[in-house]
Amino acid sequence: MRPLHFLYAPFLLAALGLPLAAAAQSGPTAPPSEPMTFESAEHEERYQRLIRELRCTVCQNQNLIESNAPLANDLRRQIAVMVNDGSETNEIIDFMVARYGDFVLFRPPMKSTTYLLWFGPGAMLLIGLGVLGTILWRRRTQVGSTPLSGEEEERLRRILGEGGGDKA
Amino acid sequence: MKLRFLLPLLAFFALVGLLFVGLSLDPRALPSPLVGKEAPDFDLPELHNPEVRFARDDMLGKPALFNVWASWCVTCRHEHPMLAELRRAGVPVYGLNYKDTRSDALRFLARYGDPYSAIGFDESGMVGIDYGVYATPETFLIDRNGMIRFKHIGMITPEIIETRILPLYRQLEAET
Repeated sequence: MRPLHFLYAPFLLAALGLPLAAAAQSGPTAPPSEPMTFESAEHEERYQRLIRELRCTVCQNQNLIESNAPLANDLRRQIAVMVNDGSETNEIIDFMVARYGDFVLFRPPMKSTTYLLWFGPGAMLLIGLGVLGTILWRRRTQVGSTPLSGEEEERLRRILGEGGGDKA
Repeated sequence: MKLRFLLPLLAFFALVGLLFVGLSLDPRALPSPLVGKEAPDFDLPELHNPEVRFARDDMLGKPALFNVWASWCVTCRHEHPMLAELRRAGVPVYGLNYKDTRSDALRFLARYGDPYSAIGFDESGMVGIDYGVYATPETFLIDRNGMIRFKHIGMITPEIIETRILPLYRQLEAET
């Protein structure tokens, strides 16, 4: 029997071609990314710290260094440019917050709208401890011993007396 | 005594209520810090003709809609007829073509129609960053003085036009 491998060739080509075509069609066209260069190690260190602290707004649970989104790429480039231009770290953070809001910060600032976020867990813990404390305190008074009344004392003696057995 | 047994039940319903509200919230919708601020300045080549410039100040003088879109954005395609609807209602619609290629964008407009008075061609996405764009389509309502008064992220629906955009637009029109 002759090998029929050549029959698979069109399928194989189609399979290879499909992802390529899809990649060519979808996705925004980011400018080709060139490697980022920094004037000094201090600049690079600042850049590296910033891209770990700022959140990617497209893929919300990643920071800028983890994200492959085109926007994250643009923002990394923007940060690199600003770092090289000598912008202070807080200037760059202000730049991002002015555009995307506090959401870009993985460590949200302390202000009236975030008090619940910052103090909520602690408040919940205190409430929980308070509830536990009151319950335990009440139970402590509940298990206190109360002496038997005269009638109960009499009954107890009778039961014990029967158990002792006169007829033994 | 009765309250003691009722309390866990009430707490349970309160929790269910909170979770139910939480389900209906969209975690991707972020409040924009730009609402109430001046629209960031830009000066871009126009999409149709690179010789012509389109700047932020070209939108001023009358309240206008500023729509961020791209040909690679599927939602923008669904949203497109809504923009034509708004234009018919008398709202000037301007566009920002975000991280696109000129030929793709022009093909998109040829195919689905062009409701825009002018379109800035933001190839690098830098103007998009200034406008805090993270998910196309995004739509801004800018008043006659260049103040951003409303922002919508995602597709504009007929409900949003009826309940948010048109009432606010009429109000801005009446402002002097």
